[in-house]
Amino acid sequence: MAEAIVNTELIQPENLVYKRTELLTPNALSYCPGCGHGTAHRIIMEVIEEMGIQSETIGIAPVGCSVLAYDFMNIDMQQAAHGRAPALATAAKRLNPKKYVFTYQGDGDLAAIGTAETIHACNRGENIVIIFINNGIYGMTGGQMAPTTLPGMKSSTSPYGRDVAMMGNPLKITELVAQLPGTLYVTRQAVHTPVAVRKAKKAVRKAFENTKLNKGLSFIEIVSNCNSGWKMTPRKANDWMVENMFPFYPLGDIKVNE
Amino acid sequence: MKGNEAFAEAAIRAGADGYFGYPITPQSEVMEYLMAEKPHERTGMIVLQAESEVAAINMVYGGAATGKRVMTSSSSPGISLKQEGISYLCGAELPCLIMNAVRGGPGLGTIQPSQSDYFQSTKGGGHGDYRLLVLAPASVQEMADFARLGFDLAFKYRNPVLVLSDGAIGQMMEKVYLDPQRPRFTDEEIKQNTPWATTGKTPDRERNIITSLALESAKMEQHNIALQAKYRQMEEEEVRYEKIGCDDAEYAFVAYGTSSRICQKAIQLAREQGIKVGLMRPITLFPFPKKIIAQMTSRVKGILVVEMSAGQMVEDVRLAVEGRVKVEHFGRFGGIIPSPVEVVEALKKQIIGG
Ligand SMILES: Cc1ncc(C[n+]2csc(CCOP(=O)(O)OP(=O)(O)O)c2C)c(N)n1
Ligand code: SF4
Repeated sequence: MAEAIVNTELIQPENLVYKRTELLTPNALSYCPGCGHGTAHRIIMEVIEEMGIQSETIGIAPVGCSVLAYDFMNIDMQQAAHGRAPALATAAKRLNPKKYVFTYQGDGDLAAIGTAETIHACNRGENIVIIFINNGIYGMTGGQMAPTTLPGMKSSTSPYGRDVAMMGNPLKITELVAQLPGTLYVTRQAVHTPVAVRKAKKAVRKAFENTKLNKGLSFIEIVSNCNSGWKMTPRKANDWMVENMFPFYPLGDIKVNE
Repeated sequence: MKGNEAFAEAAIRAGADGYFGYPITPQSEVMEYLMAEKPHERTGMIVLQAESEVAAINMVYGGAATGKRVMTSSSSPGISLKQEGISYLCGAELPCLIMNAVRGGPGLGTIQPSQSDYFQSTKGGGHGDYRLLVLAPASVQEMADFARLGFDLAFKYRNPVLVLSDGAIGQMMEKVYLDPQRPRFTDEEIKQNTPWATTGKTPDRERNIITSLALESAKMEQHNIALQAKYRQMEEEEVRYEKIGCDDAEYAFVAYGTSSRICQKAIQLAREQGIKVGLMRPITLFPFPKKIIAQMTSRVKGILVVEMSAGQMVEDVRLAVEGRVKVEHFGRFGGIIPSPVEVVEALKKQIIGG
């Protein structure tokens, strides 16, 4: 390993511009380089740190690439069966009404196998935060078609591209949950540029603040990349996301109630 | 009081924090009773009708993971749906109380009582090497008693406890003594009793993680070895059974739940005819009272296992007996409860005469 070059003159408190949040563990992220999961983890942990609610937060991550989120998030965490995180969160929150409870779910998890749990937790207006990472594919299992896979998009189970006549249409579940009276705040964000990250972090902050209002569920979709599943370099994957995912899944707030 | 209602009331009094369920006959009275009782006002207990049994069992998981006393109930088709969640609960070592009011199957089957979920309850049902601690009530009183006992055993072992009832016990009315209200645990008590629970990471401890995942095989093997040690401890410490009329018996019935009540009547009828028969009633189906059954073979000449199924528990009895005496099965299924007369005839034909 190359020896790190440390410029001790520069490392002074007054020069500090950025510090890794204590709420991320020192464990090396298991995500592919360039994957959006890591950035999404960071902004959530930064918000929890800034709000000073580490001891009041319960995180829930189900199956998917982020199944090991508890290795990286330095908070109490529950690992859920595939698709069931909103059910766990419902009970965790109802039985511990003063806690902040959030789920962190992929698109296969939230919009396919867990659709019922998602819709009903949203419709009941559980006072939780759902973070939904939409990368248009099943990352963990090796790049199969997801409910969010775009028309014509290739995956290992749609090798000639998603044929909507045969395989059905992509599901815009975020627009769907925005229709439900139980959701308070529904927004779609991204984390591919510094500007996007700042916006997404603001949305996460708002969602966690909403928990205090006790008025319903906050739902944040983060459109993200899966360069491994998409079989692209991280750079190419981000460009492809901007060109193809964003027109289909436009960024911005979908529902903002107070 | 009905068995299902006694179970619900006893659960409130046992200090339950939450119930999560989905309606299905013949046990919908549990949630109906709880909703009508407003336990939220009585003790602060939460009752929620979930969108499915899948959601309900996962709510149980989420609640149990925070150290709360949580429960669900259902009947056979619904319990089938809960199997994935039950496997996860066992893997993550979470305590909870589950009640199955068994009805006849397979498939949608019938709403009439049955005992055909014995395999599912005692041998797995979901995936992986796990065991539930299974209590089999035979009266309304035991429905009440096992709600409290079930919670206590679940927390002793950090394992789900299943109360394996059936439509008959759930629906029948009997007098019942109910324990006084036990307070729910406070948040402080939960932090002390269940230091592993996800109650929010405080500076004085590492973060708590509830998971059933271990990607490294060596770790997963260690986890399995620890689980097996726990199940062996249950076999040492938790075997429960009842023997009726066994002291002078030449023959024995082995039966649990509703079948054991039919057998009690059958014992009377048989003894009137000069047949000395007794009853061995397993109360815990896991751990199974196999040593006691093995010991019985030094006295009795034959055993008739009476079950409302095509023959499931009989396999465990045969394993315990190891061929020393004759073991036969008599059962009615599809929701039919055998009559005591039928049972005595079966004893004569299959054991005494056969
Ligand atoms: C019941 C069940 N079915 C299937 C799987 C296999 N599986 C694990 S993760 C996954 C999909 C993950 O995709 P997504 O939710 O989009 O998350 P990502 O990995 O892309 O972050 C599947 C199908 C499982 N673990 N459990
Ligand atoms: S497979 Fe895709 S979603 Fe998973 S870590 Fe790699 S890039 Fe990220």
